[in-house]
Amino acid sequence: MSVPASFYLTLSALLFSIGAVGLLIRRNVLVMFMCVELMLNSANLAFITFARELNDVGGQIAVFFVLVVAAAEVVVGLGIIVAIFRRRVGATADDIHVMKG
Amino acid sequence: MGHLVLAATVPDAVTFAIAAVITVTGALGVVLSRNPVHAALMLIMTLFGVAVLFVEEDAQFLAAVQVIVYAGAIVVLFLFVIMLLGVDRLESLAAEPMPAQRWVALGLGVLGLAEIVLLSRGKWPLGAHSVAGTVNGAGQQNVSVLGKALFTTYLLPFEITSALLVIAVIGAVVLARRPRTAGTAEIEDHAEAEDT
Repeated sequence: MSVPASFYLTLSALLFSIGAVGLLIRRNVLVMFMCVELMLNSANLAFITFARELNDVGGQIAVFFVLVVAAAEVVVGLGIIVAIFRRRVGATADDIHVMKG
Repeated sequence: MGHLVLAATVPDAVTFAIAAVITVTGALGVVLSRNPVHAALMLIMTLFGVAVLFVEEDAQFLAAVQVIVYAGAIVVLFLFVIMLLGVDRLESLAAEPMPAQRWVALGLGVLGLAEIVLLSRGKWPLGAHSVAGTVNGAGQQNVSVLGKALFTTYLLPFEITSALLVIAVIGAVVLARRPRTAGTAEIEDHAEAEDT
């Protein structure tokens, strides 16, 4: 018998919390972005765990779509970051608080 | 928790423990490392740990995709942007304009963790099974099951993701294009006039 699902779900919760705290305390935009990836991965882990637990491949399909959306999100997000850094060098998230061009 | 560990076979439990330690260490490294390049490398470590857990949970195809797409493409993209922008210098974690924010964030994180752990130990509302098929049937393989579900039941969402990817590519090109607005053109004209 394999490791029970509650272990995986607890690990997933831990990963999600670490990502959320990192998103809140870091000021470097790129590192904040990586923390978002951590949170996405923890959600993927929970999906896979439930797919195994319920013996339903739908959870794995959901992870597949999350991966695609994460790839698209990273491309657009990094494009935005590059556009911001082109205007001002060394900007942190606190410096970008005005929605004006 | 002891009896739960004993319920699992030793190789499974050991694999889970090692992968969990790797995953959490990498995640803490992403949050705590001062250098963004180190954070990206730690992110790769976490992604590998999660891929091992995927294999452990009978999701072999997604484990491979996780390594190829995340570690191979997304983190490399991160590293490209870090190098391109030249932000690969150390950032002081101690310098904080709003010291209270850090403690509030930590408190919220611990609170959220406690909540989710509490929920994960209880009963889950399961509902009806979807029509996508089973993971662990007799003599069926993960890739074929996943492919069959993806190209029959989930064909429309799968086609829509292709449109999403095209939109993302176009958006990235538009965002990364250097805009030649009236303001910069004027400045350039002034600079040329001063040169001559």
